[in-house]
Amino acid sequence: MENPLIKVAESEASVAVLPKAPELVPEQPVIDLDGLSVTFGSRPILKDLRGELRGRAIGLLGPNGAGKTTLIHTLLGFHSPSSGTAHIFGRDIRNEAKNIRTFIGYMPERDSFIANMTCVHFVRLMAELSGLPSEAALERAHEALFYLGLGEARYRQLGTYSLGMKQLAKLAQAIAHGPRLIFLDEPTNGLDPPARARMIELIRQIRDSGKAHILLSSHLLRDVEECCEEILIIKHGRIAVYCNLEEERKSNRKFLELETRGDRDGFADAIAKLGCEYALTSERRLKLVLQDGVEIRDLYRIAAEHEVQIRRLNFKRDSLEDIFLKAMEDGNGGL
Amino acid sequence: MAVYEHTYRPYAGPLTPEWSRFLIIPRHAYRDVFRSKLFTGFFALCFVCPLVMAILIYLHHNLTAMAIFQIDLRDLAPINGFFFQVFIGIQTGLAFLLTVIIGPPLISRDLSNNALPLYLARPFSRAEYVIGKMSVLMILISAITWVPGGLLFLFQSYLEGAGWFTNNFWIAVAVFVDSWAWIGLLALLSVTISAWVKWRLAASAALFGLFIICNAIGMTVNNVLRTRWGSLFNLTIIMKTIEDSLFRNPNAMGLPPWMVLSPGAAWVALAMAGGFCLFLLTRKVRAYEVVR
Repeated sequence: MENPLIKVAESEASVAVLPKAPELVPEQPVIDLDGLSVTFGSRPILKDLRGELRGRAIGLLGPNGAGKTTLIHTLLGFHSPSSGTAHIFGRDIRNEAKNIRTFIGYMPERDSFIANMTCVHFVRLMAELSGLPSEAALERAHEALFYLGLGEARYRQLGTYSLGMKQLAKLAQAIAHGPRLIFLDEPTNGLDPPARARMIELIRQIRDSGKAHILLSSHLLRDVEECCEEILIIKHGRIAVYCNLEEERKSNRKFLELETRGDRDGFADAIAKLGCEYALTSERRLKLVLQDGVEIRDLYRIAAEHEVQIRRLNFKRDSLEDIFLKAMEDGNGGL
Repeated sequence: MAVYEHTYRPYAGPLTPEWSRFLIIPRHAYRDVFRSKLFTGFFALCFVCPLVMAILIYLHHNLTAMAIFQIDLRDLAPINGFFFQVFIGIQTGLAFLLTVIIGPPLISRDLSNNALPLYLARPFSRAEYVIGKMSVLMILISAITWVPGGLLFLFQSYLEGAGWFTNNFWIAVAVFVDSWAWIGLLALLSVTISAWVKWRLAASAALFGLFIICNAIGMTVNNVLRTRWGSLFNLTIIMKTIEDSLFRNPNAMGLPPWMVLSPGAAWVALAMAGGFCLFLLTRKVRAYEVVR
């Protein structure tokens, strides 16, 4: 006997097309910059950007005017590349921009709204424009607003929202259609500390869901440090640094700074015999690089043998600020 | 992102066909437009003329009624091209007022609220955005011009017989083409002014002013240079020339012969006006203005 539900589904299929969601191939980069350059008039803004961005959450950093927002706008198809191109999930932004935007969510930096609308109406309209059928768009608008904590205020006019609520509304419209890649341009701008913490928490939740990649552009290093696993630093329109934050930290984790009292030279010689490089920086201080297989307890053991007191022991870790400042000093535009 | 799950979830359902997405804009715009009782009243008023015309057509074929009122409508108001031209003339006048009411905020609101990046960051092109905005007007103006005009034509054909339909099919074509010429012009002018003039009152005034100023320029050029080509700047003359030619009623405005435009020149002028509007729209309808 014919199943009526299947018949209904078939008839619906005739008026709707299935989304062409990108296949999430593990080896495929999220964003592949292939010599991307953008020029406004005769002024070059982005210069020959190259690299494969693969992180679940990528922080986009750079000083004012470095080209962060231009990069996001170019990836969205707002500006045409003057040379080179970029691929998002393997699709070329030059000739598949519209298709790419199907699976991208964008939260702009500045206030962007449609006048005289309630928040739920606004988010629904945005979801519909992304291709969702009307009923699904309404359902997802409600879900997104509840998810972001605006459930109780969803029937209020957007004009009556506070700044924090407006930021959340912008995030809601960016995620309502369930994108695979979300561009967040300064999402914590103007937020007070609790609202900022809430925003960061939401971004981390989305990241940890494993269902979407995030490209977060921000001036606030702390925001990027808390949300992102990879960072891309742009300086004067070129890539100054692209690295995995955790790996960068790990690579610097074995630098140690010691402050000692006692027979420092004997202690240093003993450390050298373990295969660790060291440098005496002052009368009581030395810096060393721990070799594989050498543990902190070995240092304490040698110190005890040489009757040396270790008064202070610091891991020298590169913070994001260190990485950023280093990039600002000597970024040479290559990956 | 389900409420009960409180987690982010991508959408995996069906999508609407791309070609139909521009219609989302008028659907949401009408919710706003028809919230005004004044506008709803005005829109209802736009159907009085079609109703009166339908009654006239009915009376034409009801000898009993004509005997009761002791009038002969066949001589007083014959159902011919001129009858439909008058109808279209009245309805396009109302369409102009309708455009002045709802046209100015169509794009200016989005520009002042910086909403264009939100539209254009989706699988939605600039052309679809402009067509969507224009279709807010196009659908409403269609509803008061060629749709009732076509129904009146069919009503008359039904009452008069199949012969009338075939002999006068050109009237239906004239109603349709003239309506669309007006629809295209009003919608394009309106969204262009809306894109360039942010203040609603100023935009409404600009729409009025455009017809008056163009009229004045055209007349001045005609009178000073004793030429007809100044009429190419005069939107009213351009549209009337097209209308007169479509309804086979040359120079119904009664212009001096040396000022009358040829229909071809009027169509070219209309196309150029439309092209200029599109050029201005491409300059303004962008996600972000680029400072070069």
